[in-house]
Amino acid sequence: MPQLSCQNLTLGYEGKVVISGFSFTVNTGDYLCIVGENGSGKSTLMKTLLRLKMPMSGQIVMGDGLTPNEIGYLPQQTIVQKDFPASVKEVVRSGCLNRCGLRPFYNRKEKRMADENMEKLGVKNLAHRCYRELSGGQQQRTLLARALCAAQKILLLDEPAAGLDPKATDELYTLIKKLNDSGMTMIMISHDIAVSLKYASHILHLGTQSSLFFGKTEDYVISETGLIYTGLEGEQT
Amino acid sequence: MIEIIDKLASYFQYPFVLYAMIAGVLIALCSSLLGVTLVLKRLSFIGDGLSHVAFGAMAIAVAVNVVGKQYFQASQDVLPHNFFLVLPITIFAAVLLLRTGQNTKIKGDAALAMISVGSLAIGYLLMNLFSKSSNLSGDVCSTLFGSTSILTLTETEMWLCVVFSVLVTGVFLFFYNKIFTVTFDEDFATATGTRAKLYNLILAIVIAVVIVLAMNLVGALLISALVIFPALSAMRIFKSFQAVTLCSVIVSVFCAALGILISIVAGTPVGSTIVVVDIVVFSLFSATSLLKRRF
Repeated sequence: MPQLSCQNLTLGYEGKVVISGFSFTVNTGDYLCIVGENGSGKSTLMKTLLRLKMPMSGQIVMGDGLTPNEIGYLPQQTIVQKDFPASVKEVVRSGCLNRCGLRPFYNRKEKRMADENMEKLGVKNLAHRCYRELSGGQQQRTLLARALCAAQKILLLDEPAAGLDPKATDELYTLIKKLNDSGMTMIMISHDIAVSLKYASHILHLGTQSSLFFGKTEDYVISETGLIYTGLEGEQT
Repeated sequence: MIEIIDKLASYFQYPFVLYAMIAGVLIALCSSLLGVTLVLKRLSFIGDGLSHVAFGAMAIAVAVNVVGKQYFQASQDVLPHNFFLVLPITIFAAVLLLRTGQNTKIKGDAALAMISVGSLAIGYLLMNLFSKSSNLSGDVCSTLFGSTSILTLTETEMWLCVVFSVLVTGVFLFFYNKIFTVTFDEDFATATGTRAKLYNLILAIVIAVVIVLAMNLVGALLISALVIFPALSAMRIFKSFQAVTLCSVIVSVFCAALGILISIVAGTPVGSTIVVVDIVVFSLFSATSLLKRRF
């Protein structure tokens, strides 16, 4: 049974339909990239998967033992975080909050978990540094460690490389691929079609009814949508 | 120097001075706890807006008592204490204001400005219509700037202050990690199953309580200073949420205590003296952080 299956979804906000009638499934260990032009509903879809928004119709079914709290999230950075005084340790630990329930403080197990994830993402040595003073790549790795504390099955990434320099971008994508290889399902929004084609196992292309596509990456490349989209991107760059 | 200490010692024999000190320090503690979160959530002005609401509510409370006496021949005040009307109204406004941040027709800052000046106007109007005393401008001035009201606290009022301060501090400590997470990244918190809306609501209620308490100390117009200055000072120097929170509590309590002492000795208005001390400390912290960066 797939981890996540979305059937006949219609998404939108304030009564306006953004995108309608598409379905896709995600199996454990998949690496799904969601591509499409601006305004095609990528972010809306992500918010819906995170239950920050309700779909206008259609349904999202979770399987393979997945519960809603087990979806981790790497959001785009907000303005608030730009001058937020918080140490890396505090940020990573905050990922454990959903395990606490009403308990006011983190227990030893959660603290250890935060330590392990900092180790895994190579930010352990920055634990006491201030989050806002880190480089973009280090900030993303900190947030990734936080997301890992929150969930260990699925990770949703919203343009993780936005604003990073090429080297940091490369490192980040390699890291994400490594996590994926260790069995974690990845769902990523990306503008970077080359990266999507390189790493993703599946592609979900959002757009008009005729250009909707969901399937394996190798099928996408030879599909009509894929040809147009990758071709366009090729001309621009 | 010894003269001043003697003078202070003699003042502290009066219970009202002691009450003022206790209440002042506790209020400063509570307001600084929330200051960090408010500054970070870009809600620095909410304190200001809410304090105007509290001012309006205070005027309504006065009016209710006057009307009660005049028309219903009530022998006592209808409301045992203004507090019991002012607090619920302010809480209501706080909840309303924090909610408007998300998706309403009138955006956050506009809503804040509207409610804030609106209640100021209504408050002053009501105070004029239902004036109890001959010294109307004195009453208004003392509500707005707190001039002496901290020194006129009764024992009951002081205990009220103590109880609510303990409550506010308790709630803050209990929800400390949740407040941090929701402030740092609300979307992430919601997405991973934390009830961000609930914690925002709790935050709104606590803010309202602090504002109503702080009105006694510094008056309606100066509350924002009490809330944001210690937080901003601490943020100049410290880099983790925990350190910033702790530092702003210490700064706030220190400034309040010093401000009250100075105002007793020098005979200056309590509220503005505390705020001036806060400003001085803020400048010192800013200078320190500049020096640190340079060397």
